[in-house]
Amino acid sequence: MLHIAVCIKQVPDSREMRIDPKTNTLIRQGAPAIVNYFDLRGLEAALQLKDEFGARVTVLTMGPPSADKAIKECIAMGADEGILVSDRGFAGADTLATSYVVGQTIDKAGEVWGPVDLVFCGKQTIDGDTGQVGPGVACRLDYEQLTYVEKVESFDPNTREIVVHRHLEDGVERVQAKLPALITALAEMNKPRRASLPGVLRAARYQPIVWTTNDFTDLDRSKIGLRGSPTVVGRSWVPEQKPVNTKILTGDTVNQVAEDLFTALFATELPGKLGWVQEG
Amino acid sequence: MAEEKKSRPAVGLQPEGDVDWSQYRGILVVVEQRDGVAKKVSWQLLGEARRMADKLQAPLMALVLGHQVGHLVKEAFAYGADQVFLSDAPILQDYRTRSYSRVCLQVIREYKPEIVLIGATYTGRDLAGAIATHVPTGLTADCTQLDVDENRLLNATRPAFSEKMVATILCKQFKPQMATARPGVFAALPRDDARSGQVIEIPPQIEESEIGTRVLEFIQERQGINLEDAEVIVAGGRGVGSPEGFRLLQELADVLGGVVGATRPVVEAGWIGHEHQVGQTGSTVRPKLYIAAGISGAVQHVVGMQHSDYIVAINKDPEAPIFSGAHYGIVGDLFEVIPALITAAKARKTTHVS
Amino acid sequence: MAEERFDCVVVGGGPAGAAAAYTMAKAGLKVALIDRGEFPGAKNVFGGVLFRSQLEDLLPEFWKEAPLERLIVEERLMLLDEQGMVTLSHRNPGFADPPNSWSAMRAQFDAWFAGKAEKAGAVPVYQTTVTELLQEGDRVVGVRTDREDGDLYADIVIVADGVNSLLGKALGVHREWQPDEVSLGVKEIIHLPRNVIESRFNLEGNEGASIEFLGDTLGMTGLGFLYTNKESISIGVGIMVNDLQKARVKPYAVLDHVKQHPYIRKLIAGGEVEEYAAHLIPEGGFHSMPPLAGNGWMICGDAAQMVNAVNGEGTNLAVLSGRLAGETAILAHVRGDYSLGMLDHYNESIRASIVFKDLKKYSGIHGLLSGPERRVLFGKLPGVLNESISDYMSVNGITKEEKQKMLIHQLRDAAGGNVELLRLGLKGWRAINR
Ligand SMILES: Cc1cc2nc3c(=O)[nH]c(=O)nc-3n(C[C@H](O)[C@H](O)[C@H](O)COP(=O)(O)OP(=O)(O)OC[C@H]3O[C@@H](n4cnc5c(N)ncnc54)[C@H](O)[C@@H]3O)c2cc1C
Ligand SMILES: Cc1cc2nc3c(=O)[nH]c(=O)nc-3n(C[C@H](O)[C@H](O)[C@H](O)COP(=O)(O)OP(=O)(O)OC[C@H]3O[C@@H](n4cnc5c(N)ncnc54)[C@H](O)[C@@H]3O)c2cc1C
Ligand SMILES: Nc1ncnc2c1ncn2[C@@H]1O[C@H](COP(=O)(O)O)[C@@H](O)[C@H]1O
Repeated sequence: MLHIAVCIKQVPDSREMRIDPKTNTLIRQGAPAIVNYFDLRGLEAALQLKDEFGARVTVLTMGPPSADKAIKECIAMGADEGILVSDRGFAGADTLATSYVVGQTIDKAGEVWGPVDLVFCGKQTIDGDTGQVGPGVACRLDYEQLTYVEKVESFDPNTREIVVHRHLEDGVERVQAKLPALITALAEMNKPRRASLPGVLRAARYQPIVWTTNDFTDLDRSKIGLRGSPTVVGRSWVPEQKPVNTKILTGDTVNQVAEDLFTALFATELPGKLGWVQEG
Repeated sequence: MAEEKKSRPAVGLQPEGDVDWSQYRGILVVVEQRDGVAKKVSWQLLGEARRMADKLQAPLMALVLGHQVGHLVKEAFAYGADQVFLSDAPILQDYRTRSYSRVCLQVIREYKPEIVLIGATYTGRDLAGAIATHVPTGLTADCTQLDVDENRLLNATRPAFSEKMVATILCKQFKPQMATARPGVFAALPRDDARSGQVIEIPPQIEESEIGTRVLEFIQERQGINLEDAEVIVAGGRGVGSPEGFRLLQELADVLGGVVGATRPVVEAGWIGHEHQVGQTGSTVRPKLYIAAGISGAVQHVVGMQHSDYIVAINKDPEAPIFSGAHYGIVGDLFEVIPALITAAKARKTTHVS
Repeated sequence: MAEERFDCVVVGGGPAGAAAAYTMAKAGLKVALIDRGEFPGAKNVFGGVLFRSQLEDLLPEFWKEAPLERLIVEERLMLLDEQGMVTLSHRNPGFADPPNSWSAMRAQFDAWFAGKAEKAGAVPVYQTTVTELLQEGDRVVGVRTDREDGDLYADIVIVADGVNSLLGKALGVHREWQPDEVSLGVKEIIHLPRNVIESRFNLEGNEGASIEFLGDTLGMTGLGFLYTNKESISIGVGIMVNDLQKARVKPYAVLDHVKQHPYIRKLIAGGEVEEYAAHLIPEGGFHSMPPLAGNGWMICGDAAQMVNAVNGEGTNLAVLSGRLAGETAILAHVRGDYSLGMLDHYNESIRASIVFKDLKKYSGIHGLLSGPERRVLFGKLPGVLNESISDYMSVNGITKEEKQKMLIHQLRDAAGGNVELLRLGLKGWRAINR
């Protein structure tokens, strides 16, 4: 049977994050944790393949113990198994170390439930926001890499070929790839399903599989966590909001307001830059 | 290449034993192109890298790769490169991660740049992520500021947490130091066709049989929507009320020579396509003029457009947060304001023409 | 349909539902706890004080681990007029041992409490709304939810879905609220640094203060409250809906007005509003309590009008009723009997409990709060009292005896004459002493 792995990350809901005005640091505490927006698209895509062709779907995340909530959410939607890779030793990982551990986890999941044919990641996380983990994992596993996918056009279980649409800045690329492959999902890909009640009940009782550093047989400890992360944060700060002097245009009629706006805009360098035609 | 075996790439933290990092010199910029036309960000990066290379007193290198892209070598010099690597082969016709990353790795391993910069486009990010893992080295994504310090360290600065914070990322122990940089942030140097330099050909060491992907076709964007490159964006939110409402915005966009943008809820409601979405989970845009109509101004939207040169907000709620970041605000019903703007814009343009 | 069957489905993960689910799960019953919120408490609102008594019976020493804000050591009752106030203030260090009450945030507390039920074995079913009850004849046999395959069958359904109780309405035991049976509470959470709160309210460590106030609510029947949290202040007012309707005032206008009061203003100065919420409070009391059980169902907490409007108690009554419903369910489970005859045991235990006694004691209050006297009580009286006391305190050559006479005069005038003053006093007395 097709074995699909879905990489997810629990992220703080950015709507709820505040900046501490005194220390100028981010208050992450209290911001509810959600499953990264794009990762749920990846999961939905995996579940659609499962619905059509039959597949085993394994979700996995490297994160703190509290990320078991994220796993359960995916189980409720229909994933078969969920793995939480959690250990102090993994903490402080940058994208290089993360992709190493995620790659190892997929390998190990392959040993347990059969080789992984397809991996879904999100386009990027809304906190780390790098989009580097997906390509990193593909590279570690030596899978074909299909990033920024907005659609799975077709999949042939016999030839093990998949055709996807990659959405780039200037157009759409139709790409065919042989499995095994890794796909990173865009928001356009689908709308994640709402879990059914039996799904919720299953998730409520489900205990995610937890793997610590000791569960991996040949984990290279120099490649994980802080030690395995070449990048370091030198300095971080809250950018000064360049104060915008908002001018509220008030006029007796909308036509007056519209005129005022264009008068104001034409007084700037905009028309020159935009090639607008100046008034005679 | 010996170390590039098909089975499993050799990924581990940096070469065993002592490495002589001092051999790594110079900045390499990877030039992105489609059909022989370079992406603007490539030249923007060369411009910024030129400054840093001079500071480091090291060469600025550009890597041009593709098929029938030789003419870009001249452009790379014209925009500031001292040395250009050219890898021109049919196998590089389409961008594919395996072939392109292989060529980049060849150059990195042989010519040892201390810094590698790639545009933070979709293709650039795809490529950079693969290369950095192979090398392996640290990679900083989507930078908005770049500099080098007295220790020859790349200070790669990028926004984090929905642009609520900014962080400078360093990669102290490995070379090359890698970063992708956001399009539209840096300025290209004025083109100087008199400049030239050494060209080094790089024959790609990869066979078609090693590559598991095939590009079947490329479909140029339907309506030519390219938010990231747009200079004028007329964006609408829930206040626009319906798919029909967006026609009105389109009309204003047409008059101003711009494109239409949207917030996530309206995209999710299906009023307009996903490619129009601006914000954290959509596109980050930097137009010269951004008109926001019927948009409340949620952070997730604002992070995607706050760096626009001029922002005009139209909202009937005077308390809408969108006003606080706007240069011009119009409190009113967009269904009255937008038609008035269309009329006014048309009037301005026709007065001159006639 | 979910193939599983439960011994009991609890609808609503507020204090009532969590208490019921915890009680039953601990006894080994197979329980599902359904809440529509992202997690229980996500959208739940209360003024902000949690009492020890009933919760302790269920979770001894819960305060050692529950997410609470401050231990209330000082309580003030203030009568406000436009400028001044008369305060009755009571500080008792003894409140700390054993503690009496705490300020708390529902989003944290409810989630914690429901988590206790989960740990005891209740199956959490959140982000799920119950849309209707499944019935067979006159028996309730389960619930229908808004999820796919969303029917859930159980021997007993415990309805704890709060003040608007959709399911109570479906059962026919819960009418639409009359405007004189509910008040609308509006509340803001205002952020202030810890040290500012401590110095303004004369507190140390995790000590907290609670202030309740009467008057200056634009003449409408209502009470205001102000509680100190760790790093914020909860301030709000609850106003009878009929008054709001009559005066055509928005409740937050009343809150804004109260926040401008010269004394209150200083307590919250410099703070930033973090959250804003509004919620109904059942005030009907004893007379509004519906039948509490039927074939296959029981109802508790706000859904059953169990709020003591006088003392601002609701969560404790919810907890108590939830526990009693849970205990009855356990008994019913043992006997395999889920009929009204069996479940009426819950009704009886409620009637024998403090919930019932307190509500009965104050059962006249409702009449007082909705009758004509409320104009005096919430309108004129606080003002006059302030004026009189002010006169009384001033050193201005008038003898104290004279002043006392004046005070009584003024109060009498405010009440509309001697008889009225007497009547008011008597009514008030009766209202709380039956
Ligand atoms: C993880 C995550 C990621 C997100 N990513 C994005 C993203 O990338 N992009 C994005 O946009 N959002 C995103 N959102 C959603 C975001 O939080 C807001 O919900 C969204 O931006 C609000 O869209 P809106 O302004 O169209 O709608 P609303 O907030 O409903 O605002 C509508 C506005 O229209 C005004 N209005 C109504 N009628 C009229 C009229 N006739 N004339 C003038 N004004 C009128 C109203 O006063 C109001 O201010 C994200 C949310 C999450 C949780
Ligand atoms: C402004 C204000 C101030 C107050 N101050 C205090 C105070 O200081 N001290 C105090 O002790 N009490 C106070 N109370 C009263 C107290 O909040 C309530 O009495 C108490 O919360 C009742 O608990 P409950 O479990 O019955 O209902 P709720 O707490 O309302 O819980 C009901 C739960 O059911 C869920 N639900 C509802 N319908 C459905 C459905 N169809 N499907 C699934 N789930 C559903 C809701 O999400 C909610 O979690 C105050 C109330 C207000 C409004
Ligand atoms: N800790 C993690 N565990 C599992 N998957 C992850 C983790 N971090 C990132 N990913 C995956 O990689 C994608 C890109 O993440 P990022 O590179 O952080 O933007 C995410 O959408 C996830 O699918």
